[in-house]
Amino acid sequence: MIGKQLIDQFARSLSDERQHLVSAAASAGTVKREQVLHNDYQDLDALRKLAASIKDHTLHHLGDYLAQAEQALVARGAKVHFAVTGEDACQTILSILQNHGVTRLTKSKSMAAEEIHLNPFLIQNGVECLESDLGEFIIQLDNDVPSHIVKPIIHKNRSDVARTFQREKIAEDFNDDPQTLTRRARVFLREKYMQSQACITGANFVCADSGRLLLVTNEGNSRFGMAPVPVHIALVGIEKLIPREKDLAVFLNLLARSATGQQLTVYTEFINGPRAAHQTEGPEHLHVVFMDNGRSKILASNCREILRCLRCGACQNVCPVYRQASGHAYRSIYGGPIGAVLSPLLFSERFPELADLAKASTLCGACNEVCPVDIPIPDLLLRLRDKAQRQRIHSPAAIPMAPFAALATSPVLWRGAMSLSKAMNHLPIQITPLPPARAWFDQRALPAFHGGDFRKWMKARLKNKNRKPED
Amino acid sequence: MDIPVALPLVKRVLLMGTCLCDAIYDDVARATVEVLEHLGLSVEYPAKQTCCGQPAFNSGDWSASRKVARHCAEVFAGDLPVIVPSGSCAAMNRHGNLLQFENSPDPSITSLASRSWEVMDFIFNGLGVKFWPGAFETPTRLAFHRSCHSRGTGTGDAVRALLGSIKNAEIIPFGQSEQCCGFGGTFCVTFPHISGKMGTVKLDHILDAHPDCLVGIDMSCLMHLSGLARVQGRAVPHLHAIQILRNTLQA
Ligand code: SF4
Repeated sequence: MIGKQLIDQFARSLSDERQHLVSAAASAGTVKREQVLHNDYQDLDALRKLAASIKDHTLHHLGDYLAQAEQALVARGAKVHFAVTGEDACQTILSILQNHGVTRLTKSKSMAAEEIHLNPFLIQNGVECLESDLGEFIIQLDNDVPSHIVKPIIHKNRSDVARTFQREKIAEDFNDDPQTLTRRARVFLREKYMQSQACITGANFVCADSGRLLLVTNEGNSRFGMAPVPVHIALVGIEKLIPREKDLAVFLNLLARSATGQQLTVYTEFINGPRAAHQTEGPEHLHVVFMDNGRSKILASNCREILRCLRCGACQNVCPVYRQASGHAYRSIYGGPIGAVLSPLLFSERFPELADLAKASTLCGACNEVCPVDIPIPDLLLRLRDKAQRQRIHSPAAIPMAPFAALATSPVLWRGAMSLSKAMNHLPIQITPLPPARAWFDQRALPAFHGGDFRKWMKARLKNKNRKPED
Repeated sequence: MDIPVALPLVKRVLLMGTCLCDAIYDDVARATVEVLEHLGLSVEYPAKQTCCGQPAFNSGDWSASRKVARHCAEVFAGDLPVIVPSGSCAAMNRHGNLLQFENSPDPSITSLASRSWEVMDFIFNGLGVKFWPGAFETPTRLAFHRSCHSRGTGTGDAVRALLGSIKNAEIIPFGQSEQCCGFGGTFCVTFPHISGKMGTVKLDHILDAHPDCLVGIDMSCLMHLSGLARVQGRAVPHLHAIQILRNTLQA
């Protein structure tokens, strides 16, 4: 029957301090986003719908655009690789690195790389792999997992970071002044950049017409990473394509505003391809690894809208469940609404185990309202719930619905139940051992039942009217 | 969600009273009848009605919820508008049903979807009643929780305009009004911790604004919030918007 829900349990076990950290940062993100977008755009919904339709169009013709992008990239001198699974992608990247004799590299933030656990894989295979995004760097030092797409350490505060730096000997003493912390990280990372032999990045967009990659960051870490090395590898989910460079006008404007409330991120990098003969700097080799890893399966499913996702994190920020439970509750690198939909689909072999994620929502729709590509997340959650039910995967917290349906399709039984409900007013249901009722009464009072009263009133009113017809 | 077209010549409507009003909030259903009749409509209440099917639908048991939805569509067959004093039940008829029948469209379900209205939306956008000639005796501060299922519909604006036009009424803003109250149907008992915390956050924001009354368009949200408030020793008067329309007319 009704058992413990993992996400609810996780939220319960979270300390107040952690929960406040997450919830305060998430709320602040929501407020900033709202202010900037509504200031700058009169008809925001039109823009979101336009972005959604461009993405849908691209996904609909994904094969064509991939081919076009490949051609354009090759023409620019890049090498293009295709990886069907996460393991393929890891292996492909490892062999590229081995071919170039790389043993040390820096990596800028990439959710695709997180998704396939690229870091531990490379380290296992003898490649020193350093995260250069400040948040991801701290995650790496702590052997932790990101809990937010855009703010991976939303669950940590500055003294956590200061302690880590001291422990890892990045700093000699404990100092949790944010500026000092950043300066210390910078000093440490700058040296590592110079020692590394390659740089791995993701890509926020790949323009099929021009073959240019787009990277947006606020720290400039990917620029530093690329500047001194001969090899640049970009790991890209196949859904990151957009048809034309000019579509960026829509997406860049939406992305930064939705993610961080900025009009534009501090750095917007266009990667033109490997270093050309007349250029003095930049990697001579550019490898682009297009990764499927379950995406074409999602494309063929009834939840394909999720592939529009820009990974902006706005849905995480606004989600009241995420604010209470934090990202780690979702048992994957994608937490919050996006994770509740994406994880069970992407990691489809874990579907039975992850099916409960889709239940961790009141279906309030706030996620859909803020999503820059108008993903109908509540509808997708519902379709996933239906799918789990059809596969007879019962989440621990399910309440059986067959008795309800039997009652609600039989007017006679229904009316009987309504009249009976009044009897509950005289029963001590507050002390019932029945779990759902127990869960209600633990925290809430219940108003008095008035079962059938309205029906009686309506009948009497009708009788009265029939007796003295209106003039 | 598409907003149904206005029906200026409508004389009769069907009332979908909702299971919650059937069992507990009978006065909300009464207020709905009284207000609609005041506006010159005759209101019929099909006796065979039960529930819109939302509990099963949201649980993912669509084979159960489709049965309930078919029953509902049968009870409300015809071409009269179906008026619902609940944003979430209206959304079930208008949107949820289309979703669960997306692979096997059913004309009676589609017809119900096109005729269903949340009552405040109906009065404001359907009937075109743009202000309410009611009055509170003394200045009254109303905190309006819009309820999540009214997102993307005409309901929120309708409530703000109609209640805002009542003499002595003031709709007061409160923090994080876009946030859900945490009810969520079965969610409130299957995720008791998160639901309770969400409700408490919502109450904190609402009570910070010192309202005289908490107003909603879904009694389910209000049942949850008022239930929490009572146990926490900070009970707050709460009414459905349609009760306010009726009560201020009598005043
Ligand atoms: S689902 Fe939408 S809001 Fe959430 S991360 Fe993706 S693009 Fe952003």
